Amino acid sequence: MEMHLPRRRLPYLLPHLLPSQLALPPRSLLPLCPQTRSIPIPPMALRAIASRKTLAALGSGLRAQARLATTAAAAAASRGLVTFSLPDLPYDYGALEPAVSAEIMQLHHQKHHQSYVTNYNKALEQLEDAVARDDAPAVVKLQSAIKFNGGGHINHSIFWKNLAPIHEGGGEPPKGSLGWAIDADFGSWEAFVQKMNAEGAALQGSGWVWLGLDKEFKKLVVETTANQDPLVTKGANLVPLIGIDVWEHAYYLQYKNAKPDYLKNIWKVIDWKYASEVYEKECR
Amino acid sequence: MSANTLSFHWGKHHRAYVDNLNKQIVGTELEAKSLEDIVIQTYNDGDLLPPFNNAAQIWNHDFFWESMKPGGGGKPSGELLKLIERDFGSFEKLCEELRAAAATQFGSGWAWLAFNPRPSDGKELVVLKTPNAVNPLVLGYTALLTIDVWEHAYYLDYQNRRPDYISIFMEKLVSWDAVSAKLEVAKAQAA
Repeated sequence: MEMHLPRRRLPYLLPHLLPSQLALPPRSLLPLCPQTRSIPIPPMALRAIASRKTLAALGSGLRAQARLATTAAAAAASRGLVTFSLPDLPYDYGALEPAVSAEIMQLHHQKHHQSYVTNYNKALEQLEDAVARDDAPAVVKLQSAIKFNGGGHINHSIFWKNLAPIHEGGGEPPKGSLGWAIDADFGSWEAFVQKMNAEGAALQGSGWVWLGLDKEFKKLVVETTANQDPLVTKGANLVPLIGIDVWEHAYYLQYKNAKPDYLKNIWKVIDWKYASEVYEKECR
Repeated sequence: MSANTLSFHWGKHHRAYVDNLNKQIVGTELEAKSLEDIVIQTYNDGDLLPPFNNAAQIWNHDFFWESMKPGGGGKPSGELLKLIERDFGSFEKLCEELRAAAATQFGSGWAWLAFNPRPSDGKELVVLKTPNAVNPLVLGYTALLTIDVWEHAYYLDYQNRRPDYISIFMEKLVSWDAVSAKLEVAKAQAA
């Protein structure tokens, strides 16, 4: 099988998306859509993919995996291109009721998030083609699709980890160092929640409200981003801990125009395990 | 478009923009101005002032209701059709562009057919897509037709299937009569 070698390194063209933000799903999670396989290549290895030597080494492993994938994914895989897949939810669609309805969870995961993944893969494949034929205008034109769909995949992957059923700890405020940091940086847990809700409610259009860690100053911040912009677009030092989706699709079927009610209720299922792990790792 | 959707879209969303703008402009110089003036002034050349979102969304929604009628759809005729065929090649090409603009507006926003009074390429009719509350008024064009692609416009009826909503809008809801009337006004103003 012939290997298609891009003439430029792929990550050269994605400076605004840090490798750690590309959020490849953990290998332990089965892809929801069995035909879309994620190739378990660590983010930093993306830099190596363009090199002829690495491609040759990956060649036989890739060929084996490609046989199991759909035609599109197989074609992409055979060219050494990473494809992303929809991460499985660690809970049932109905597990977050009544805070978030099963209907919303299913649509949100199977339709919205899946479409970001599909379109992200498509855009990356088009990007590789454009790079290979030295088509700089096409490369530049693809950046908005990559930011939108890649951002959508990143943001929603974090979001699912920020949620858990009540009987599994959802709704419990964080303990330990992150809990103390919230008190220190916002005054109190209540003040923090109020700030998140105020910013989320005030956001015009579509976007996200975040609790982030500024890893340079070791300070917690509340920030919003528009559309599917990842938190890193607000500052290269910002690490997302908790994200709340305030696109209308996240709440409309259940809460209609009452966004503030959605924001009030979602805290009942916000889970802090992932956020605490990330926080402790960054603050070590 | 279901009655349920209309009751929320008009009765809650549009109404909230009106109520909130009224609250925002009380006691300010904007209170005495027309809606269009408020929209343009608060657009502030892109550096949006707080009342812009409410003001522009009121204007946009007023326009949206006017862009539709029961038993809509079909084809335009007369002067409008002539201009469409001149500037887009065919009615079908216009529909394609309008649908594409509506489908590819990332996040919240609107797709428009607008009249450009000073076209550099001779094409007076243009298809535009705008984010959030931005509209052709602030960009120097005259709006002729709009379709709302904020999720609240279609989510109850179509969920994530925005293209299906757009299709129904084009086939059953769009009022080409209204567009023709607005075109006449636009041409008279430009003359």
